[in-house]
Amino acid sequence: MADHHHPEELAPVEERIAAIEALLVEKGVLDVEAVDQIVAHFEDNLGPMNGARVIARAWTDPEYRTRLLTDGTAAIAELGFGGPEGEHMVVVENTADVHNLVVCTLCSCYPWPVLGLPPNWYKAPAYRSRAVREPRRLLAEMGTVIADDVEVRVWDSSAEARYLVLPMRPTGTDDLPEEQLAGMVTRDSMIGVQRL
Amino acid sequence: MTATPFDDESLPRDNGALVFDAPWQARALAIAVAVVERLGLPWDAFRHRLMASIAEDPNRPYYESWTKALESLVVAEDLATATALDEAMPIERAPL
Repeated sequence: MADHHHPEELAPVEERIAAIEALLVEKGVLDVEAVDQIVAHFEDNLGPMNGARVIARAWTDPEYRTRLLTDGTAAIAELGFGGPEGEHMVVVENTADVHNLVVCTLCSCYPWPVLGLPPNWYKAPAYRSRAVREPRRLLAEMGTVIADDVEVRVWDSSAEARYLVLPMRPTGTDDLPEEQLAGMVTRDSMIGVQRL
Repeated sequence: MTATPFDDESLPRDNGALVFDAPWQARALAIAVAVVERLGLPWDAFRHRLMASIAEDPNRPYYESWTKALESLVVAEDLATATALDEAMPIERAPL
């Protein structure tokens, strides 16, 4: 019996991307290898493991912490991280009295060099609107209950800034080395939807 | 990791980061980054188009809005026309 293999149909949006790429390559604006390299860079080099190193350094080096809170972009560049969506970094510090939460209400601004690409929920209309309207309730639904006497500050990345939350260092970690501390820092804690 | 009500489509990797749901999304992202770099534009040149594209249809899937924004940038920079893009469509549909 003949087995007719039909290749999967491309969705219109996939076709459009393929068309844009094909045309730009034809015009000499892009080359396919450069695009491949960017994809590989995102997949291999960018992600919350970078942000975790920044946070662990700030926990263990008070002078670095000061520099990080004063000029986030420069302090993050000290560890070798930078590039698109990382040019205007502002680091906001959680304390016993303040919890910070990051959102981009208008699109999906997110600090790629230190967190990689945003998770789907970060880009969802529900998160983008509720983070501003009812942050405590949203956080509680995401498993993070913030005590009434802790102020919640919401940072909207749609301005000329990309925010990174500096979580509080977990108690009982005084003796841990920086590398091990970095392993405790999660993506969600640096967005502010989780406390460590 | 904390489970979130919106996270069901995420594909976790190291430390919970999402990369891409499908290869074409990676291409879409990389092409935008490459075009902006190549033209020497600030990233905002693309970002403002993305914001407008999302605002135009907030419930459209994210990377579809991204693609619209990319097309509008490419057309505005005279790198392509909509007609040229229509004609450049690769013919990969299954035969009837």
